Amino acid sequence: MKYPQNLSQLMPGQHARVTHIDTVGAMRRRLMDLGLTLDTEIMCLGRSPFGDPSAYLIRGAVIAIRAKDSQNIIIETE
Amino acid sequence: MGLTSHSTGTNAIATSLTIQKQSPEDKIIALAGNPNVGKSTIFNGLTGMKQHTGNWPGKTVNNAQGTYTCEGQTCILVDLPGTYSLMPHSAEEEIARNFLCFGKPDAIAVVCDASCLERNLNLVLQTLEISSKVIVCVNLTDEAEKKGIQIQTERLSEKLGVPVIPTVARNRKSLSALTHAIQQMTKQPNLSAYHITYPEPVEEALAALVPVLQRKVEDRMNSRWLGLRLLDFDDSLLEEIRFCLGDSFLNDQEVKESLDQARALLLKAGIDTETFRDLTVSALVKAAEGLCTDVVKMERPVYQFLDWKLDRLLTGRLIGYPAMFLLLAFLLWLTITGANYPSQLLADLLFRFQDFLSAWFQLLHAPAWLHSMLVMGIYRVVAWVVSVMLPPMAVFFPLFTLLEDSGYLPRLAYNLDKPFQCCHACGKQALCMAMGFGCNAAGVTGCRIIDSERERLLAVLTNSFVPCNGRFPTLIALISIFFAGVSGSFQSSLLCALILTLVILLGIGMTFAVTWLLSVTLLRGIPSAFTLELPPYRRPQLGSVIVRSVFDRTLFVLGRAAAVAAPAGLVIWLMANLTVSNASLLQLCASALDPLAGLMGLDGVILIAFILGLPANEIVMPVIFMAYLSQGTLTEPGSFASMKSLLLSHGWTWITAVNTMLFSLFHWPCSTTLLTIYKETKSLRWTILAALLPTAAGILLCILFTGTCRIFF
Repeated sequence: MKYPQNLSQLMPGQHARVTHIDTVGAMRRRLMDLGLTLDTEIMCLGRSPFGDPSAYLIRGAVIAIRAKDSQNIIIETE
Repeated sequence: MGLTSHSTGTNAIATSLTIQKQSPEDKIIALAGNPNVGKSTIFNGLTGMKQHTGNWPGKTVNNAQGTYTCEGQTCILVDLPGTYSLMPHSAEEEIARNFLCFGKPDAIAVVCDASCLERNLNLVLQTLEISSKVIVCVNLTDEAEKKGIQIQTERLSEKLGVPVIPTVARNRKSLSALTHAIQQMTKQPNLSAYHITYPEPVEEALAALVPVLQRKVEDRMNSRWLGLRLLDFDDSLLEEIRFCLGDSFLNDQEVKESLDQARALLLKAGIDTETFRDLTVSALVKAAEGLCTDVVKMERPVYQFLDWKLDRLLTGRLIGYPAMFLLLAFLLWLTITGANYPSQLLADLLFRFQDFLSAWFQLLHAPAWLHSMLVMGIYRVVAWVVSVMLPPMAVFFPLFTLLEDSGYLPRLAYNLDKPFQCCHACGKQALCMAMGFGCNAAGVTGCRIIDSERERLLAVLTNSFVPCNGRFPTLIALISIFFAGVSGSFQSSLLCALILTLVILLGIGMTFAVTWLLSVTLLRGIPSAFTLELPPYRRPQLGSVIVRSVFDRTLFVLGRAAAVAAPAGLVIWLMANLTVSNASLLQLCASALDPLAGLMGLDGVILIAFILGLPANEIVMPVIFMAYLSQGTLTEPGSFASMKSLLLSHGWTWITAVNTMLFSLFHWPCSTTLLTIYKETKSLRWTILAALLPTAAGILLCILFTGTCRIFF
């Protein structure tokens, strides 16, 4: 089985840890404001009916992120 | 220095707030917090004001101010829009930031959600950098307890050096500790507040910069915070600083030199702007994490099983969209069924009162024209507006509010994001659209939650493509009369609800089409970043929702409609009774509009009604009835059956009904909405476009439909 490399590949129910955020500017700021920084534990909760965006559990809150943005968040699964 | 002409000009309106103090001793208390943490409920609990709160981010779009008294001291409470951070991304977050930084509040209460305290503390820490007069209010502790989350507020208070008060906003008693803490805080300076320590290179750069800033700004602003922002190249803030401290501050030689020196120090340590931002934000997040480690105890995972189940259902791949459709249809069916009986009752009552009024006029020997003008003109239109329009509104508003409070609307945005993404727009537009069902003006204001200016404009321009509450009764009446039957039986109300749902889907479809059209022509651009918080589902408070929505919204809207209906009734009466060369003004105007109306499958009177309905869509149908009645036909007023015979006798067919519905769905927004659009866009050009787009769509669709029908029937 291939391990997910970035957040958009994380399947619903899977956990991961953020290792790198490969985006700049406003989106990077927004993600960090929401508590998504390096080493943050993250879990994919589900996808919307068309498969995009997906919902993630980040520090106790449920946040929806589009695949376009989440593919820039590099993760590591245990 | 100080106030410049800029800060008082029109430029300042969008990003700042004005506070009206009743006496100079009044204290100003700011209420800040992340979106959806119950700020507005606390605000209502403290001030007794009935501000509408909703379970989705960005509800506080209009800044609310209210007063309360604590221990003999009058406090002005300012409810700020929800914000995740003081480095804002959207217009309304900027309002919150600017008020905290430049509004000089006497104390700031930061409201946190106990269920995700760690993330909320980020804002607390940023606020502490601006002011030490902070009170942390850990709200929704009841909800957190149910989830097995324990928070040691005393311990957190020791660590932060500011009071930390646990509250249950829905329970007023728990708020008295909060007001007491706020009161104490306004009295003396707080010297023990927690301060973040940044990584060494950042601290070194600050050490070079802050003493200089301190000398220049003195106590007008926190110099350490100002230093951080200057090193950060925060452009939006630079403007505000210029407003607040004047051009001379930013051009000051000493400031410039020390700023260059500090930046050089950072660069030497290999820190560019992007890294600097990362370092500062990470430091905040890490600090919040550290503060939480031995303060928050969780017995089990936070994400609740019930929420998960509901989300699987309402946002599921197969069930998500059908669930949306069924929910909408069910809501409309409840509205139609619930409105049926009261509508009849009101009509009976009001028209019986009309007979009474007429008898009274006769008794007083009032001139016939006066009776005709006041009773047949003004009273009858108002009676119609009340009896036909009030009941559906009075049912729909509370239902819609329940849905809002439950937390379903953000899921709607989540479900609909992909189609909006295909139109190069933002999924949050779905939230504005949903608000538009209640009131298009509110929907337009709600667009502030959208970060990108381009996407916000898209949402503003297309908001009136979904029918607002004022247009539902027109649609319901026409559907009942011409398609679903007027019997009021279960089948007919169900059919009516289904047809209305399809009509609304047409509106939503047009929203997508026009959004797409705009995004490939006038408002080109790539979709910006999108993050949307899905708050936990909450059980709405039934009683307060009904009271709030009936009194705050329904009666307000009805009042507005009635206020417009009276003069409109007068105008129609005058037009019908003033004659120029043997034809009434009404006939003249109607025949002038007839060519266009004929093309659209309508008649001149219908167009006149839509034009008179500019101030309030609710009066369109009543004005049509009035105009027809004034042309001499008499009938039993009030019931759908009599309305039907009246319309049929004026040449209506089902084609006329469809066209009227189409035009009701797509025509110029009401004047309130137009004014709001102007206020939000500050551009006459966009406002005109917002009126032209739906009008053009309506005229085209009507002509197309009529043409097609004439070929086939």
